[in-house]
Amino acid sequence: MSEERFSPLHQKHLDAGAGFTDFAGWMMPVRYSSDLAEHHAIRTAAGMFDLSHMGEILVLGPEAADALDYALAGRLSAIAVGQAKYSLLLARDGGIVDDLVVYRTGEDRYLVVANASNREVVAAELRDRCSPFDCEVQDESDDIALIAVQGPRALEILLEVPGLTVDDLGGLKYYWSRAGLFGDHAVLAARTGYTGEDGFELYVSPEAAPALWDAIVETGAGSGLELAGLASRDTLRLEAGMPLYGHELSLDTLPVQAGLGRVVNLNKEGDFVGRAAVEAGPAGNARVLVGLRSDGKRAGRADYRLFDGSDAQAAEIGIITSGALSPTLGHPIAMAYVDAAVSAPDTQIFIDVRGTRVPATVVARPFYKREAH
Amino acid sequence: MADKSTLQYTSEHEWVLVDGDVATIGITAYAADKLGDVVFVDLPDVGAHVENGKVVGEIESTKSVGELFAPVDGEIVESNQTVVDSPELVNTDPFGEGWLIKVRFADLPELMSFDEYTALVGE
Repeated sequence: MSEERFSPLHQKHLDAGAGFTDFAGWMMPVRYSSDLAEHHAIRTAAGMFDLSHMGEILVLGPEAADALDYALAGRLSAIAVGQAKYSLLLARDGGIVDDLVVYRTGEDRYLVVANASNREVVAAELRDRCSPFDCEVQDESDDIALIAVQGPRALEILLEVPGLTVDDLGGLKYYWSRAGLFGDHAVLAARTGYTGEDGFELYVSPEAAPALWDAIVETGAGSGLELAGLASRDTLRLEAGMPLYGHELSLDTLPVQAGLGRVVNLNKEGDFVGRAAVEAGPAGNARVLVGLRSDGKRAGRADYRLFDGSDAQAAEIGIITSGALSPTLGHPIAMAYVDAAVSAPDTQIFIDVRGTRVPATVVARPFYKREAH
Repeated sequence: MADKSTLQYTSEHEWVLVDGDVATIGITAYAADKLGDVVFVDLPDVGAHVENGKVVGEIESTKSVGELFAPVDGEIVESNQTVVDSPELVNTDPFGEGWLIKVRFADLPELMSFDEYTALVGE
């Protein structure tokens, strides 16, 4: 086990009394006081996460767009400067190496944001895949901190943060970003997130991050802003039906199985890594990702098995990848891979909850969708 | 709320309050904090026979599932229905309103003192 890594905001978390968890070798806040309070704050007001553990990899150069079209599943050359796109890094056999958000920050400049657990492999793959092209790949993860402010009041809070200046932040569209300043430090402000709410992610230098964190805490205090840890982040993204690498996504999963067929652009000219395997498709009996809901309070959780009946003879038909009692909805929800035959909405199945068969219904994702404003 | 220093403890992070031949059992604040917000508690029925070291109930948070172990052999004389209806009591008052079960026992095994338990969790 390599040495534990600490966020540039670690002292802030200690001062706030956070409890910590190891996440991909990083000591990160799991909660500050209450998972549920943090979850509800983001649904109803605002919450702030430290995501400095995530990987930030720059791809720069005249052929950066072409290189990413080859390296990733989407057509990154088609997005405008300022736009962002959710994408996948596929293995040659079509399995998912990581899911990513890619920001085009200039005509020949992209910022690729990878999961903390996959930072090294993503950087190595990008270097390898981009090497035939006229561009450079730079892993900047250690030099970039990331603060996410999420929730319906995120915008009004950020507009009032002293020293933070981003032109027309309110006019920034979902999945767009814009360069700004905090004091004299550069900030990339993006309207992206992983909670199912409106919100922003702020990329900033580790030196400026603590002061920005403090300024947001102070500004948000009157607006119900809570510091939020990874526990609430997990229940928020689960309600929003968003996959988490290592749970819903893996090297053994083809994008179409995870419901991410739309992320792979087969209309792209030229080859990209994983194309042939994606075109061939998964085996006919491959399992697919579905949503499940059940009644009561007992949640199916990751690795719990699914059956087509409640008796001992019932066949095993799938496995849960993430599950919890939904804090917003009040009933258990889960994501699971199931046999295609039982993947249609309204299909009744059973979750083995530590020896008890709990009935569940296949439902569409997301489980929770915020009201349009 | 019980005086923590006079309670006895188990390595499974339960506290035990002995009154005659009845033991009141709950989980410690340390265990409740590690679980996170408790959202569901499953407790044994009154009259059930329980065995020292065996799982008799479950305490679920949004994040994980904790098991409740019986620290003594005996019979359940009361399960805390208030905590079944309001599982958050396990977090807000683990040594008081958040108690879980009462067990009538014949023999009490050796349990940890407050000082021993405090040393175990390092707090």
